Amino acid sequence: MTTTTDPHQASFRLSMLLYDSRYRSMTIQIIALIGFLTLLGWLFSNTANNLADLGKEPSFRFLSEPAGYDINQRLLEYTNRDTHMRAALMGLLNTLLVAALGCVTATILGVIIGVLRLSPNWIVSRLSAVYVEAFRNVPVLLWIVFTMAILIETLPAPKAFRGETPEATMKLFDSVAFTNRGTYIPEPLFSNTLGNLHFFGESSLRFDVSLDLILLAVLFFGGIFASIKIKRRADRIQEQTGDRPTTWYWSLGVIFVPTLIVMVALGFHLGYPELKGFNFKGGIYMRNSLIALWLALSLYTAAFIAEIVRAGILAISKGQTEAAGALGLRPNRTMNLVVLPQALRVIIPPLISNYLNLTKNSSLAIAVGYMDITGTLGGITMNQTGRELETVLLLMLVYLAISLTISAVMNWYNESVKLKER
Amino acid sequence: MSDMSYVRSEMLPERAPPASSVGVIGWMRANLFSSVLNSILSIVSLVLVVWLLSAFLSWALSPTWSGTSVNNCRELSGGGHVACWGVIRERWVQLLFGFYPPEEYWRPMLAFALLFVAVTPVLFSMISRRMNWVMLCVVLGVTALYLGGLAGSIAGLALLALGAAIAYKALSTDKDARAAEIAEGAKRLPNPLIFTAIFPFLTPWLLWGGSLWLPIAAALGFVLAFYAYRYLAAVLGSLSGLILSVIVALVWWLFMAVPFGNAIGGIIPLDLVQVASRDFGGFMLSLTIGVVAIGCSLPIGIVLALGRQSDLFIVKTLCVGFIEFIRGVPLITLLFVASTLLNIFLPPGTNFDIILRVLIMVTLFASAYMAEVIRGGLAALPRGQYEAADALGLDYWKAQRLIIMPQALKISIPGIVSTFIGVFKDTTLVSIIGLLDPLGLSNSIRADANWIGLIWELYGFIALLFFVFCFSMSRYSMYLERRLRTDHR
Repeated sequence: MTTTTDPHQASFRLSMLLYDSRYRSMTIQIIALIGFLTLLGWLFSNTANNLADLGKEPSFRFLSEPAGYDINQRLLEYTNRDTHMRAALMGLLNTLLVAALGCVTATILGVIIGVLRLSPNWIVSRLSAVYVEAFRNVPVLLWIVFTMAILIETLPAPKAFRGETPEATMKLFDSVAFTNRGTYIPEPLFSNTLGNLHFFGESSLRFDVSLDLILLAVLFFGGIFASIKIKRRADRIQEQTGDRPTTWYWSLGVIFVPTLIVMVALGFHLGYPELKGFNFKGGIYMRNSLIALWLALSLYTAAFIAEIVRAGILAISKGQTEAAGALGLRPNRTMNLVVLPQALRVIIPPLISNYLNLTKNSSLAIAVGYMDITGTLGGITMNQTGRELETVLLLMLVYLAISLTISAVMNWYNESVKLKER
Repeated sequence: MSDMSYVRSEMLPERAPPASSVGVIGWMRANLFSSVLNSILSIVSLVLVVWLLSAFLSWALSPTWSGTSVNNCRELSGGGHVACWGVIRERWVQLLFGFYPPEEYWRPMLAFALLFVAVTPVLFSMISRRMNWVMLCVVLGVTALYLGGLAGSIAGLALLALGAAIAYKALSTDKDARAAEIAEGAKRLPNPLIFTAIFPFLTPWLLWGGSLWLPIAAALGFVLAFYAYRYLAAVLGSLSGLILSVIVALVWWLFMAVPFGNAIGGIIPLDLVQVASRDFGGFMLSLTIGVVAIGCSLPIGIVLALGRQSDLFIVKTLCVGFIEFIRGVPLITLLFVASTLLNIFLPPGTNFDIILRVLIMVTLFASAYMAEVIRGGLAALPRGQYEAADALGLDYWKAQRLIIMPQALKISIPGIVSTFIGVFKDTTLVSIIGLLDPLGLSNSIRADANWIGLIWELYGFIALLFFVFCFSMSRYSMYLERRLRTDHR
């Protein structure tokens, strides 16, 4: 025989909202929500009142008004009759440009320094330690301003390149000119060009893409894809027969031959910068602000990346290397097959967050006058239109979008390399 | 065949290792020239070091300390590419204090010294309680002597004498004897953390001046809340007591603190000369922003991290939103908010100080990063620790305070300190919105006709200032990690 007792049906009392753990969490959350909404409402009403007092209705119409200022370093064509929207777009592209350049050089430099720091050679590891400490412990803004100052003060003016016996000469077989106004490097030109593809008509987002470059890129990456296929096939044959066919000339050929043929057909040549009058003409012009920002951000971030690489390699226990050795793997196979795959799992997440930091630090461009999104939208556009609220909001949204994209990539990567346990 | 055999019956003495594997030569063979590649690397590095050092020394060792302009420096040194140290001699005071009135320099300096006194009991457990008080007496005594006057001299001498007396007693009794004395009920000096608690209220008064009664009134709010909690918690239970005491404090701060401070200030004025925020500058400004942001971001960061880890959906969402938003945007945009927008967000007519606005934004920025670091520590704790705390019947806050936080914070020390360093370095960004931190000042110095074209001296000096602070912070974090290490190895 079983007896059941009904659970005691306690009547609800108000004090249970505070003292009963079933309801307390609800109470706390509702209080938090009300508090938050009140704060938000308070801020909104203040903002509305203040803006009304100032006679500024929040609106984004300024984006389609002419900007009226020049952007001296830009990736697409732009004149000061273009809209604020297009100016902001130029800024965004400049931000992405310096971020991409910086990430590449910082990674290369950081990996080298990180590996050198682990070197058994005492003086080499000391030197890398000095590098890391010197760059990590001094503000990045100081490095940026400092690099800019050095470039301006120490490089020769373009007029020093003139005359029969010039004080300064162009470097790298007369192809690159370092001046105190900027660096001129050769540009790729095509004599039988296929022309450009034009997008978005006359709108603020319009841009051209060179068909030549698209074609070359397609051929090059297609070649890389094909060479991967060739390697897979070689792997398969090796597994079946034990002999690995020699493939390196196939791989190289499939990558470079079509690309080279098309380059010749298109009449590829380099356009060198030349001194005309008081300045250089031709070539690609990189202003000192871009170079300073790129250099300083790379050197600074490289110090952090070096530490990450070092920590990643040290995190792999010695037993792993020894086990690989016991299996009879040669040192470079040990590195490629055992240490690196595990070290990368430790290295990549902080590496990506450092890329993110570099991108955010590129906003310091404003200190050296590089026209990134902070310099255009958050700088001149804000000052000209007086729309602080809207510009800062847009600026934050742009950076937020970049950050969230990078974090999404990072999460995706973390998921894909996570140790599959139990 | 003879059955003679020879067996050595005693051990030979150990031979000295070959000369090539010990001493300087051995060390060099092992660490510099162990292989061909290593030898090449070593030689290249050595050449690099020698070249850099000789270039640096021949540049830095120049007799230009008394130079008054770039040209004057050139005359003094006889030309050549050498440093012009005159700019540092002339401007270092400005680089440290900005436009702070010179006759008041003792105030930021005292605040800086007191900062050390205040953080010592937190940072260095090996310094005894009595030595902390000795430090305080010495700092205050020296300041009083410096300020001079009859009262100042007497107070200074008295403080120094008091310090000397405590120090004598502290040094003459050893640790064990002291422990025995305390066990027998000898009176101990009050905990130096009391001064650490006073410091945040004292320093704004020292730096900005005005009436001492306002910070005292602000501090009284905390005291009131504490006693209200003690009384009300006993009567009404802890949660209601907590809520009511917070309300008491808020009422005090919002409606009563300022009239109270003004009233007492009218009777007993304890005023320092007011210094306007626009006169703040130089490294002092960086330190002020850095210390405030570091000090405030840790508690806010802990709260945010707990919110992010909590089961309460709305609280968690709010915290995640805040953290991700702040971490997603560069600090410079937040400083734009501080310089142009913050006054728009507040009730019409509010117009508070640019430094205060910057402090708020930098603190928010640092808190978000701190929250992520601490969340990492919380996530790294084994699940068993949480379950064990539950099994002991501890409530949420007790479990956090006694079990979770001490371990989580210990795990996150390296991250916390590198966030501190990052925040301190990021204070230089205020130069972009027009505050005169060392970088902001360096622009005007470089534009000065006397010092035009000077880069290395100026930026080297500023970099050195930051390096000293950041490097010592990172060394301290390594020391702390070693001290708190409890695992066996």
